Amino acid sequence: MVKIKNLFAAMALSTVVATSAMAAEDTIKIGVLHSLSGTMAISETSLKDTLLMLVNEQNKKGGVLGKKIEPVVVDPASNWPLFAEKTRELLQKEKVSAIFGCWTSVSRKSVLPVVEELNGILFYPVQYEGEESSKNVFYTGAAPNQQAIPAVDYLLKQGVKRWALVGTDYVYPRTANKILEAYLKSKGFSDKDIIVSYTPFGHSDWQSIVSDIKKFGSTGVKTAVISTINGDANVPFYKELANQGVSAKDIPVIAFSVGEEELAGIDTKPLVGHLAAWNYFESVDSEVNDEFVDKWHKFIGNESRVTNDPMEATYIGFNMWVKAVEKAGTTDSDAVQDALIGVAVPNLSGGIATMMPNHHITKPVLIGEIQDDGQFLIVDSTKGTVVGDAWSDYLPGSKDLISDWRKPMKCGNYNVKLGKCGGSADKK
Amino acid sequence: MILIKVIYKALFTLSLFLMLSSSAFALTSDEAYAVISNKQSSFDAKLEAFYTLSDSSEKYVPVLIDAAKNSNLYYSRKDSELYVLANGNYFNVKTSKVFSGKKRDLKRVAINNQIRESLALLSEMKTLEDKTLSEDARIESAHNLIGKVSISDASRLQFIRDTSISDFPELAENLDYVIASADLNSQEPKIRNGAMRILANLNSPILIQKFEDIAKNDSDISNRVYAEKIYKNLSSTQSFYSGVETLYFGISLGSVLVLAAIGLTITFGVMGVINMAHGELMMIGAYTVYVMQQALPNNPGLALLLSIPMAFLVSGLTGIIIERTVIRYLYGRPLETLLATFGISLLLQQGVRTIFTALNKNVVIPDFLSGAIKINDFFSITYSRFYIIIFCLAVFFALRHILKHSRLGLEVRAVSQNRAMARNMGVRSERVNALTFGLGSGIAGLAGVALSQLTNVGPNLGQNYIVDSFLVVVFGGSGNIWGTMVAGMTLGIANKVLEPVAGAMLGKILILIGVIIFIQRRPRGLFPQRGRNVED
Repeated sequence: MVKIKNLFAAMALSTVVATSAMAAEDTIKIGVLHSLSGTMAISETSLKDTLLMLVNEQNKKGGVLGKKIEPVVVDPASNWPLFAEKTRELLQKEKVSAIFGCWTSVSRKSVLPVVEELNGILFYPVQYEGEESSKNVFYTGAAPNQQAIPAVDYLLKQGVKRWALVGTDYVYPRTANKILEAYLKSKGFSDKDIIVSYTPFGHSDWQSIVSDIKKFGSTGVKTAVISTINGDANVPFYKELANQGVSAKDIPVIAFSVGEEELAGIDTKPLVGHLAAWNYFESVDSEVNDEFVDKWHKFIGNESRVTNDPMEATYIGFNMWVKAVEKAGTTDSDAVQDALIGVAVPNLSGGIATMMPNHHITKPVLIGEIQDDGQFLIVDSTKGTVVGDAWSDYLPGSKDLISDWRKPMKCGNYNVKLGKCGGSADKK
Repeated sequence: MILIKVIYKALFTLSLFLMLSSSAFALTSDEAYAVISNKQSSFDAKLEAFYTLSDSSEKYVPVLIDAAKNSNLYYSRKDSELYVLANGNYFNVKTSKVFSGKKRDLKRVAINNQIRESLALLSEMKTLEDKTLSEDARIESAHNLIGKVSISDASRLQFIRDTSISDFPELAENLDYVIASADLNSQEPKIRNGAMRILANLNSPILIQKFEDIAKNDSDISNRVYAEKIYKNLSSTQSFYSGVETLYFGISLGSVLVLAAIGLTITFGVMGVINMAHGELMMIGAYTVYVMQQALPNNPGLALLLSIPMAFLVSGLTGIIIERTVIRYLYGRPLETLLATFGISLLLQQGVRTIFTALNKNVVIPDFLSGAIKINDFFSITYSRFYIIIFCLAVFFALRHILKHSRLGLEVRAVSQNRAMARNMGVRSERVNALTFGLGSGIAGLAGVALSQLTNVGPNLGQNYIVDSFLVVVFGGSGNIWGTMVAGMTLGIANKVLEPVAGAMLGKILILIGVIIFIQRRPRGLFPQRGRNVED
């Protein structure tokens, strides 16, 4: 008996040694840092699946630098401090060469000091509020000028004269609304034309707010709602809109955080015509997109699963990383960071995404109207792509700042007026 | 009389003809038809085409516009004909023949908000002009047009008004409002003044902004004064009704809170079990609705009604299982109970994630629960909220009846007041505990059914309500269902009164501070339980 046990132990030991030796020689590790449990699991789980699909596909093509890619999946469980701990674990213990992850801004802010300290690379795939630029973070989601500002421009073209800014109470809506308010005022609107309201996470009783919007918007002046409501709270919000009879032709709602996946939990018939601004929709008419959607359905084994904007951003980020590693010929962090700037890969809407020196990418901006099948009909799009701007031109503290991570400047917040790096109080 | 009708008809045709010739578009109706059925057409081109068609006298136009407005208009990829979807069949717009080809050759005609809005106006105009429709429908159309027509459209309406004044005085009156609302933009101060005099009788918020503008900016001083008067009248009516509305919102939020908390009153209040999994029992109730709707896909309303008893049973049984396997070993050890039930809540959540995935599920809102009853232009009551208030009252009184007048109720009260004494009298306290816990859990399931109509059906549903539920129970005084009722309603109304003043965030914080201060003054809540064992 003892012998058998020993034999097993020896066998187990030898396999462990063998696999870890193989891992050290033949694979390149990447970290996947998306919540698989807790409140954010609803959004982040599909990004984990997207990455596994992309890795799988890349490995079939021969991996990168002749080695297989090995994804290390961890679950930060929608717990912000845990994001930082898991990042440390990925970088120090697993020695991953890049991390793909985070969704909420607060999770990114919690990871930021760790990736900077350990000089890692983080690809962040979600639209965010801007006002940040880090040597170690590559933002493949939209900055406000790639989503919010073009959305307002579209509504201005439609003759909207009054604005209700509704958002969840946290950093992204607060900053985005600050930028939008400044932008609207620069277009000649006054405080009387704008109402702003914030609600807690997971807010479910929207009666008063929808009724206020209705009152604000049914006085004979064209009104639109700009929604930065996050995640779960959207469903009761849209249900209440439908119940109180606020239709898109009277008061259209344009949302920055509602995509195909969020709509999957709602009956969209009463919502037809409400809008969303993104850089990608599943309904985009292009060959790469058809191919991507097919692959996704095959990988996930479910024809009804949708694709969305952060998935496209993940796709772009992953392909950029692969290309940069091949360009650098190594997975050394500094070399890959340098190589990433200027890397161009196809996006899913038939164009090209380029990594700019400020670590943001070029994106087309699309405006879509919700259809009764839960998809979007693209009603407007920018002519070409828009370059992401880390520091908004409409906020007093940040309009003089630029970010350029190329040598010799290598600075995330260069103040053009003062002519020096670190010109902002908000030092990053 | 007949002669007059003939003349009117002639005039009507003439006016249509004039309108046709006045539109400078070079499109013929066939060309317009072709533009709409072409996938490549821009939205602007389509809009122009719809306008051209609406001015033409082709018979199919009203049907086409109505279908387009409701997104029921399709084009065939094969022959560029347009089809209308009605009752599951596709009819050719021109010939009314049923489409016989392959379904995937039909694609929806894509329209945007601007077209949708214009189509809505066009279709209201068509309704007004269609004398075969009921007067009510035409009055409704007239009402919808107030404040939305231009002066040039108004002359077209004037004709309809003049032809209908003898037969349909009410319609004529509503058309007067529409025309007057257009006349407010007139260059002539006198016409503006006349329009305001007509509109002063119309009690509707739609023109508030317009009156405010006139009150501030009109060139004529008497117009400014008159507009100011109407504006003040309308604003005070509006603020009165928004007060009524706030109260209604408060009651409806209160009934949601009561529904969520009342099951907890039984388990926490009467039995003294701190059940952290209470929210997850609601979640199970909500998922029951989803499963029932999946089982009866063609009848979501019936499925919802059937899920009321189903949810009660499913959640109740889950509750009994939890009580029998975990809680019964932990009576009198509140801290361990808290931890154990918290663990159970996580288990249930992750279980749901495994079975149904982490994504939210789409629960269909049946027709009788969507929409609103319009009391007047200032105030309407949404059906879903209204039924939830009724449902809450029904659950409340049913529960009260069970506790007061049934054997189980008697035993529950006996056990909660003095367990040892009750056992001596022959009450099987073990069985009573299981059934009581099942009852509380079943009611949580019922709350879940109501919540499925209002919010996300997902794994986190329970977490969002557990804190509020405990708040209501503690505030109301544990173990007293009247206390829960009063506390729930108080918190609901206070929340809704504070929300417009302080904002949703600050409102919630103020409520919490208020409850904390209250609990410090009266630790046993609004209606403290009395009994021999109450100090335990």
